[in-house]
Amino acid sequence: MVTRQQDSEAAPYVATLGKCLLVYICILILAGLQFVIAYQHVAVTATLFRMLAVAIIEAGLAVVFFMHLGSENRTLVTWIAVVTLFVLAAMQYSWTDSFRTERDAAPSYRSSSNQGEASQ
Amino acid sequence: MRQSDLTMGPRPAGPARSSPLVMPTKKLAMWLFLIADALTFAVCLLAYGFLRNGSANWPTPFKFFPTAVNAMVMTFILITSSLTISLGVRAAKIGDQDAAFRWTMFTAAGGAVFALLQIREWMEMVDQGMRLLHNPWGNGLFGATFFSITGLHLAHVSVGIIVLIIVGMRCKSGRSDPDDVEITGLYWQFVNLVWMFVVPFVYLLNVSK
Repeated sequence: MVTRQQDSEAAPYVATLGKCLLVYICILILAGLQFVIAYQHVAVTATLFRMLAVAIIEAGLAVVFFMHLGSENRTLVTWIAVVTLFVLAAMQYSWTDSFRTERDAAPSYRSSSNQGEASQ
Repeated sequence: MRQSDLTMGPRPAGPARSSPLVMPTKKLAMWLFLIADALTFAVCLLAYGFLRNGSANWPTPFKFFPTAVNAMVMTFILITSSLTISLGVRAAKIGDQDAAFRWTMFTAAGGAVFALLQIREWMEMVDQGMRLLHNPWGNGLFGATFFSITGLHLAHVSVGIIVLIIVGMRCKSGRSDPDDVEITGLYWQFVNLVWMFVVPFVYLLNVSK
């Protein structure tokens, strides 16, 4: 008779206690580092990119070790990663409009239509 | 027709089943949900970044005490709960249902403490005059972005606490599948992963130096 344990389709990996603790301590240290970076007297952009880099490393450790994505099928992981990163990259198109908003400049379509009216 | 075709008895043992999707179906469904949820949070954080970058008077009112200290404590609790759920998943995989129950309950307790700290922080900010569309410090959308992002995260934490309790009780009664604990663990790790991005962008970029 097939037992519940044998019938499970869970992946065959079992993380060791030492590995779990090591990853936990690394993530804690990185989280503390973010707080240190926040109180450095540097430009906001520099603070942002430093904290983003630390956050990505933290997330990578959590995804690979705590979520065991490093032990899953490589093809599946690659395709999921490519699609997700593509969508995240595509979201970044709006930043130029954010800079325009900061300068309180008119949208480009409005300025071009105003030029057309002036020439008439 | 054989007698075994008519009964509802257990299926005969055979070769181990394997999913054609190279991952158990439940786990793949959870991963697809997590990806969609991650993109939802990414959009929220992007919108926050857009508004912050485009605003000339974005406030930075968060003092070291109590806001930054509170964020440190909440981060520590959530990262520790990541460890406890990992240990719970490990216990479930090796068949130790009692240990899986204990670690799952520890994780749920950590989530509950986190939620209470978050709500207490919200109440303190409301006392200081912060609302959804105005505040005493600057751009009125500061509150909207803060409360919506942290509120969405808190909703995820709340759902996670409920699921952890249900899965933990099933572990205690011996009805739990190691897959269920693993899939719940995936969701909880995702909630913590989102917090790793919420803290620097929503809290730490708005501290007063």
